[in-house]
Amino acid sequence: MTTLAAEHNDSLRSTGHPLAWWAWAAGCAVAASRVGNPVVLVLLLLAVVLVALARRPAGPWHRALEAGLLLGAVVVLVRTGFYLLLGLPDSSPVLVTLPTIELPAWFSNVSLLGEVHVAGLVQAAVAGLALAVLIVTVGAVNAVASPRRALRSLPASLHHLGSAAVIAVSAAPQLLTAARRVRRAQRLRGQPARGLRGLAATLIPVLAGALDQALDLAASMDSRGYARAQRGGSRLVGAALVIALLAAAAGGYGLLAATGATTLSAVLLAGGVLLAVGASVLASRSVRRTRYRAEPWGWPETVITTCGVLAAATAWVGVILDPAGLGPWRLSTGWPGLPLLALGILAAAAVPAFLPDREGR
Amino acid sequence: MIEIENLSVGYDAPVLDRLSATIDEGELCLVIGPTGSGKSTLLGAISARVPHLTGGRVAGRVRIDGRDTRQHRPRDLADLVGVVGQDPAATFTTDVVEDELAFTMEQLGVPEPLMRRRLEDVLDLLDLAELRRRPLATLSGGQAQRVAIGAVLTAQPRVLVLDEPTSALDPAAAEDVLAALARLVHDAGVTVVLAEHRLERVVGFADRVISLTPTPDGATAAVGAPAEVLARAAVAPPVTRLGRLAGWEPLPLTVRDARRAAGDLRTRLGSAVVPRTPAPGEELLRADRLRVTYGSVVAVRDVDLSVPAGQILALTGRNGAGKSSLLWALAGALPPTAGRVRAGGRVALVPQSPEDLLFRLTVVAECAAADPPGESGATRTLLDELAPGVPGEVNPRDLSEGQRLALALAVQLAPGATVLLLDEPTRGLDYGAKARLAEVLIGLRDAGHAVVVASHDVEFLAQVAGRIVQLADGQVVTDGPARTVLTDSALTAPQVARVLAPVPLLSVAEVAAALAGR
Repeated sequence: MTTLAAEHNDSLRSTGHPLAWWAWAAGCAVAASRVGNPVVLVLLLLAVVLVALARRPAGPWHRALEAGLLLGAVVVLVRTGFYLLLGLPDSSPVLVTLPTIELPAWFSNVSLLGEVHVAGLVQAAVAGLALAVLIVTVGAVNAVASPRRALRSLPASLHHLGSAAVIAVSAAPQLLTAARRVRRAQRLRGQPARGLRGLAATLIPVLAGALDQALDLAASMDSRGYARAQRGGSRLVGAALVIALLAAAAGGYGLLAATGATTLSAVLLAGGVLLAVGASVLASRSVRRTRYRAEPWGWPETVITTCGVLAAATAWVGVILDPAGLGPWRLSTGWPGLPLLALGILAAAAVPAFLPDREGR
Repeated sequence: MIEIENLSVGYDAPVLDRLSATIDEGELCLVIGPTGSGKSTLLGAISARVPHLTGGRVAGRVRIDGRDTRQHRPRDLADLVGVVGQDPAATFTTDVVEDELAFTMEQLGVPEPLMRRRLEDVLDLLDLAELRRRPLATLSGGQAQRVAIGAVLTAQPRVLVLDEPTSALDPAAAEDVLAALARLVHDAGVTVVLAEHRLERVVGFADRVISLTPTPDGATAAVGAPAEVLARAAVAPPVTRLGRLAGWEPLPLTVRDARRAAGDLRTRLGSAVVPRTPAPGEELLRADRLRVTYGSVVAVRDVDLSVPAGQILALTGRNGAGKSSLLWALAGALPPTAGRVRAGGRVALVPQSPEDLLFRLTVVAECAAADPPGESGATRTLLDELAPGVPGEVNPRDLSEGQRLALALAVQLAPGATVLLLDEPTRGLDYGAKARLAEVLIGLRDAGHAVVVASHDVEFLAQVAGRIVQLADGQVVTDGPARTVLTDSALTAPQVARVLAPVPLLSVAEVAAALAGR
């Protein structure tokens, strides 16, 4: 039972406060969506993977990194696939000519397949790559700081929402196990049904079982005092929180998409964050609960968070200072170099790999 | 501590009928009754889940330490009533033992220093200190159940409500959990309300028994001291039924009591004719050097086994000894790593959770789908033989455990199987349903089937098994006639055998037959 022992020892270690890791991940994500240079993107991806490999503890979320990498690869393939299917012609040389599928006349200007241009194809792959880095970052942070721990660290006002989300998250692997068990049992009845009928044969027992389990769990949580500490009057605070989150999301999107209106986006983001913090503080006052062994915040957490902020800030400023080296890149401008500022982004993203784990919790 | 006055509960049909009982502080109260008699409903009423979570019509009143459950939701009683269910894994909300133990205290807003101290106390009380940082997913059944009990105890409830906490455990793990409960009652003065099928394990600890008897107007209750109530109750452990048969007064509840009263009976039975099991027929299933591995773990280690027609073979061994893996390999559903299985006919396996086999919306549809070509109605006929009166237009999930097992059996047997394998079939069955299952298996044996049953339930095996194969660590450690193997050990023998040793009788039915035969 060496695996058990390993897990046992591993759960004694802590990789640090989950919110610090999420700050780092957010920083890397901002950098990935700002930078257009494919070389920097690939190196950023490697830095994120390095951190995850170095720091992830054993546990149920261990494999989130691999899941992220897989999903990232799928995204790049789908993105290039769409270009092959629907891509618009450009002035670059034609790589290969696929047979064109003519669409009815009312699809003006759109044809399926047809000529594949080098520039368009590379552009599509790079756009897919940026998205893939985002996805791998999310996978990496989940592998390093399990979502359960992250949600446990939410402020008290979001505690109930967080607990519910945690449980929903942990239901997914249980569903998979149940599906495997049911498939195995049904093979006992002879040739398993295929297609829709086979799907129903698996889904009905799995979902019925999941529903029973969910009701059991709800009853158990109720008996254990879940949601008991909440006093009335938090509806207004809840509404404020939702509005704040929406505003922050809209602002964040506006900023990252960088389609003009930067000032408005920044105001929205800042206002949203302020409102969210205020509502959180108000709501926390009406929730009476305590936390067992809250994650401590020490110097490694500060370093991790700073790394995230530095990566984001360097990318942000770098694109303005050196648009040719870091900004959007075109095939026509030749092989992209590795500007000095990019090294700053990469270093900031990779430093958390070399921090020590904390002994005990 | 708990006052129940004229409690009636009904959903579509009435469940409980004007039930009154008082449970004093520090008592262990056992709730018994056949499946569907409303045990869970009664426990739900005590934890305020009935009616707050279930709905339904409720009349009468339940008060816990003066708090009326009509005004208090389950969460308002969290500091007073702790609830533990059958499946601990279904109620876990975190992923490490320590966090799980702290969950309730966090909800109640217990200050952190106090939280730490209570947690240490509970770790010691339930012997969990070794497990404190273990992920919940890696715990064994008995450990998980102790963690579930610990998780409600940290809130220091004065009442603990447990709904069949040992039904999924092997005997050793069940002893563990029950010993922990007995300790809670004696040392901590916690009031415990416990529903349990396998009475023989718990009745010795009980101070009071509520016995539910189903009637068309809902179940009625008999409340009193264990010996009084069990003298008349429909369900009773084997020692008590032996006492009724022999006319002992007072009625024994434990093997110790019965053994002291049994001197006379032992001499009367001294030369009793031991019933013979019929001679087995030709070999129907054979395993040679069978080995099953999962990664680096060897589940079944070079097992040789021959199963003849007309025999019920019992596989025993603790959880994780390889019983299920061996059954799946014998059924041909799990490719063995080495060795081979030869079967002289179709092999049918009913897995541990028979509901996994069933996915159609009605019993009729399930039966129709299982009919062999050209024999429509065969499954339904078989089902009626196994369990008469199963309604046809009902979803299999809404059947009782016993009826669902019968349906799974019928579905698996209908295509003409000659070998039947059952994995823990008595889980969740009451005494009545177990007796019917025993009749069914004996009927199949007499019809020339080979039957293999993996089970922990010694009392059930005493009724059916002709041969016992005990597994430990994937290997066969014992293979012999059931009567010899079951009477070998003073600790794991069925209750009747322990009372009557050295007379080799295994069940109350055998004693009755031996007495009548004289």
